[in-house]
Amino acid sequence: MSVAAPPARRAAGGRRRREGRAALLFISPWLIGFAVFMAYPVLYTMYLSLTDYDVINDPTFVGLENYRELVSDEKVTLALRNTFIYTAMAVPAQLVLSLALALLLQRAGRAAGFFRTAFFLPKMTPPVAVGVLLLMLLNGQSGLLNEFLGWFGINGPNWTTDPDWVKPGLVVMSLWTVGSSVIILLAALQEVPDELLDAARVDGAGWWGRLRHVVLPIISPAIYFIVVVDTIASLQSFTEAYTAFFGAGNTTYSNDAALFYAIYLFQQAFEFLHMGYASAMAVLLFGIVMVVTAVQVMLSRRYVHYTGGPR
Amino acid sequence: MSTLDRAGEVGPTTVPPLVEDEAVTPPAPAASRSRRPRGLAARVFVTVALVVMTVAFVYPFVWLISASLKPRSDVFDNRLIPETLTFDNYVEVWNAAPMGAWLLNTAFVTVMATLTVTLSSALVAWGFARYRFRGRNVLFGLVLASMMIPGAATMIPTYLIWDSLGMVGTLTPLWAGNLFGTAFYIFLLRQFFLGLPPELFDAAEMDGAGHWKVFWHIALPLTRPALVVVALFEFQAAWTDLMRGLIYLRDREDFTVPRGLKSMLDQFGFGGEWHWELVVAASVIATLPMIVVFFIGQKQIIQGVASTGTKG
Repeated sequence: MSVAAPPARRAAGGRRRREGRAALLFISPWLIGFAVFMAYPVLYTMYLSLTDYDVINDPTFVGLENYRELVSDEKVTLALRNTFIYTAMAVPAQLVLSLALALLLQRAGRAAGFFRTAFFLPKMTPPVAVGVLLLMLLNGQSGLLNEFLGWFGINGPNWTTDPDWVKPGLVVMSLWTVGSSVIILLAALQEVPDELLDAARVDGAGWWGRLRHVVLPIISPAIYFIVVVDTIASLQSFTEAYTAFFGAGNTTYSNDAALFYAIYLFQQAFEFLHMGYASAMAVLLFGIVMVVTAVQVMLSRRYVHYTGGPR
Repeated sequence: MSTLDRAGEVGPTTVPPLVEDEAVTPPAPAASRSRRPRGLAARVFVTVALVVMTVAFVYPFVWLISASLKPRSDVFDNRLIPETLTFDNYVEVWNAAPMGAWLLNTAFVTVMATLTVTLSSALVAWGFARYRFRGRNVLFGLVLASMMIPGAATMIPTYLIWDSLGMVGTLTPLWAGNLFGTAFYIFLLRQFFLGLPPELFDAAEMDGAGHWKVFWHIALPLTRPALVVVALFEFQAAWTDLMRGLIYLRDREDFTVPRGLKSMLDQFGFGGEWHWELVVAASVIATLPMIVVFFIGQKQIIQGVASTGTKG
């Protein structure tokens, strides 16, 4: 038994209820996916990190034992060190190169499309094939890179075997796939207004002065975006290094200099079936990514200029 | 999930709607599209630098294709034109590895991954863009936040789920997660839907069209350019993914091309050094479809990538 509401309001209420139901139906795939493949796995990873688990036997609760082991595991220290060193080299190197390429593209005139294609194309290459190219092109004895360096009298290092040069080699190879950063920076550069540059020129600013004081501040949101995305990607970097330096087959080989955190985590989880320990490693990685991102957000307040407000 | 592996990691603050037939970015009124340098010296410098960099970026492809057409002993001679030209490596790859099966498996996974993620992400994006409902902003905040979660944090329980469903060793785990949409694509498509005039859909509803009809017959066709971008991103991501192949595939016949290529490196010892020539040929086979896809969808891919980084 219901009290009659004014017809218009009842209709509106009914409509809203129907809309709510429709909305729920539309977003239900994500709701299910989020619950099953995101929220539950994250929580279960946290639980597993407190257990000993080898997939075959049930998990046994061990408290913080995995974390204690993690702190004293020299390979974890090594993997973290490798990952941080790689990230600290790769992110700035990729940024400088992609900015240089974007600045060149902006001045390319009518042929810009052709050059843009050339710079972007490597990004389409499967990372496994990038790993293969690394082994081939950066081979110390007969690789193309060292042959090229030889033209200038430089005796190139053993990029793929010398522990001191493995990470720089991975950085060099990663420069080949900066294509999407180039595109993003080029799009940002094209938003820099001409009259600002002309004003700077009238004030006597040279090329570098205009870049430093006009262009870079204006494109700083795009630079910030690239730094954040590349940092997170580098911290989780896996495929190229795993392809080139780790193998399990007829021959088992590995290279400590290329042992990234994601690689060691993968080995612990799926090669040694130390699922509990690997989960603790995953929780630590999650924490590191959060902290690094939080620091970057804080830094962005100081260095990133959002002009004109949200459009 | 990874879209051209960078785009999927973090969402940009806002993304301008992707509009068909518009250049990479709509130029701001006073911005010039291109800046030709003024002096002759500067022009020469720019041209030389562009050509040198282009050679550096294209040459690895040329080297790879050239090496794949050389006999084993010549792979590392670094000649542009093979001294002895041979297609034996490609024939040999076909004999040494179930390359045909790998290609079929990869094609199946890639097509399924692309179709499911495009449709499911569009559904969810429409739900967030079209309707107001309690908790909408909180839920959409969760969509954005989930982009920050590293894959490793969900990898193990996800494996256990597929294991308990008896799906480990099949191709299903490589694509079926896409049935539920992917945060980055949901975000991208929602931005696009928000750029469409709501009056259009109101009018259709007045005329008695149901929610589904409005979505399927009006909204979706209008979103084609953005759907194409999502499909191209996912096509590339699914075709090139190695990690899931490593986790879920067991038998050699079930491998995808990237997983198979990795297995060849293992099989031929220390990164494939006993049979470089086959590894090189297989790398060409793995890469070529992506080059074709790029040239087909070049405009949309470039536009899509440009829009991921612009803060509107």
